[in-house]
Amino acid sequence: MMDETRNFLESTALDVRRDVIRMVGVAKSGQLASALSLVDLLVFLYWQEMKISLSEPTWPERDRFIMGKRNGCPALYTVLARRGFFPRNELWNFRSLGAILQHHPQLRRTPGVDAPTGSSGMGLGIANGLALGLNRRKAPSRVFCLLGDSELETGPFWESAANATRLAVRGLVALIDCNLGERSLAPGRRSCHHFTEAFRSFGWRVFSADGHSFSSMEEAFTEGLADLGGPVAILIHTCLGKGVTLFEEGRWPHSEIAPGRDDVEQALKELNDRSGEGE
Amino acid sequence: MTGKGWSSTLEGFRGALLGCGDDDLLLCERTGESDPFEAFAGRFPHRYVQGGFSEAELVLTALGLALADFRTVVASTASFLVGKAYDQIRHGVALPRLPLCLAGTGSGLCLGEEGAPSQMLEDLTLMRALPGMTVLVPCDGPSASALTLAACRADGPVYLRLSHQPRPVLYGDDDGPFTPGEGRLLREGREVTLCACGVMVHEALKAAEILSQQGLSPEVIDCYSVKPLPEQLILSSVRRTGCCVVAEEHGSSGGLSGALAEMLSQRYPVPLRFVTVGERFGQSGTTANLQEYYGLTYKEIVGAAAQAWAMRRR
Repeated sequence: MMDETRNFLESTALDVRRDVIRMVGVAKSGQLASALSLVDLLVFLYWQEMKISLSEPTWPERDRFIMGKRNGCPALYTVLARRGFFPRNELWNFRSLGAILQHHPQLRRTPGVDAPTGSSGMGLGIANGLALGLNRRKAPSRVFCLLGDSELETGPFWESAANATRLAVRGLVALIDCNLGERSLAPGRRSCHHFTEAFRSFGWRVFSADGHSFSSMEEAFTEGLADLGGPVAILIHTCLGKGVTLFEEGRWPHSEIAPGRDDVEQALKELNDRSGEGE
Repeated sequence: MTGKGWSSTLEGFRGALLGCGDDDLLLCERTGESDPFEAFAGRFPHRYVQGGFSEAELVLTALGLALADFRTVVASTASFLVGKAYDQIRHGVALPRLPLCLAGTGSGLCLGEEGAPSQMLEDLTLMRALPGMTVLVPCDGPSASALTLAACRADGPVYLRLSHQPRPVLYGDDDGPFTPGEGRLLREGREVTLCACGVMVHEALKAAEILSQQGLSPEVIDCYSVKPLPEQLILSSVRRTGCCVVAEEHGSSGGLSGALAEMLSQRYPVPLRFVTVGERFGQSGTTANLQEYYGLTYKEIVGAAAQAWAMRRR
């Protein structure tokens, strides 16, 4: 990856992180740590990998993105706003009455949201049908489906994983957000790696990438997406709360509870300092 | 209304799909379905999709196809379609108001010997409770066929309740449109309104014959649109008769009877009697025996009509 491209993606990710924090800060609710961990991946997808049309948001041949992981929505919304799907001002209404930005991705309410995923474990099944439909329409579109690693432990997910090969869908890419490091695993829970063989046994090809390195993601996507004749899974290794020391070091006691005003100020200051700007 | 033969609503549904040449209309059935629609799969292989192994997967696959702008019809046994896939229907179909036709086959008591798990008697309740969901229960082949096409043209989700049971054909091909939110006045009368859907429409007509011989003149409405209700048709009837009986192959809470009670109690309260399965689950047995055992015959309608009529305030 060229330095220029990487610098651009990194500075975009920094801007997105700041908006994610502001958005959750204004809403005084929402899961910040999960969203922060997905920022680099979403920036990579929406600025580098996915074919979308800025002048025609509903372009039929665009790549689709399905957000299986609801908790990551602040990151998705910020990216969609920056890509021009809706005005950035909408971010400050996140989770409030009448807002187009709901806690979960709501089809037909939020421009740029390609599928409804209100309940966990739904994403991959919808991705199967959507990819199949696009195949039948002979559209070159690919379907990216982001899933949380906890969804790997639900039954519907594995039904969908088996179904993808049975339906012989082409152009399907499951992105698994692996933010559970071995260290932080609760007793009895398994990390993503344990599922690699399971995926392969269902006929998937499996790759992995560092979700905070654009070069690593580019490498994995180039290799993995070279052949989309069958389903592909990419394990994206991320760090909960990436970019904000308070979260990264686990000093925020519960990563899924919205931070207070002081924490938001501190996090923003840290990111502002990094970008060389004062607030 | 005789001499037109017999047919089931499932046959009507299948006939409509076979006759529809729209390339954008897909039928999605569960993999391993016990009674797949082979004629459709053979004739339109590019329009037939074997969805997931479970109903949840089936609905998700169909939902994805709908997102690629296909008109998608999902068909599976009502009990499992509504019961197993409720989560997917609620969040993926009803919430974004996706135009998807959910066809519950083998509904009510029609899979008699298969017993209680296959006999969902609360599907109308569950589907009716979802905002924006249209709920249709045809009573014969031609009306099922017309309502299938209406469901495929709808701009929101539709639950279509179908049965394997053959019943006399009531409607002809030129009997006009069947539209969600409408009903059919099958018999005019002055003293009691009989409102029914599905197989119970036929029992209501039989009951009407007997009641009229006994000197009570009943009005019979085929209330095929459980949601939205044909309010004007029902109201204009009960304003004349002053009492109403509702008959459905369903439990006692929240189905057609619940819908009528909700509407009439607010718009024009009249004495009501219900002919339903009541607060019970099904069990194994032939469908005919079960309908007798659970009180879903013309006899119960006759009794209920006499009671409703006696309860009228004069």
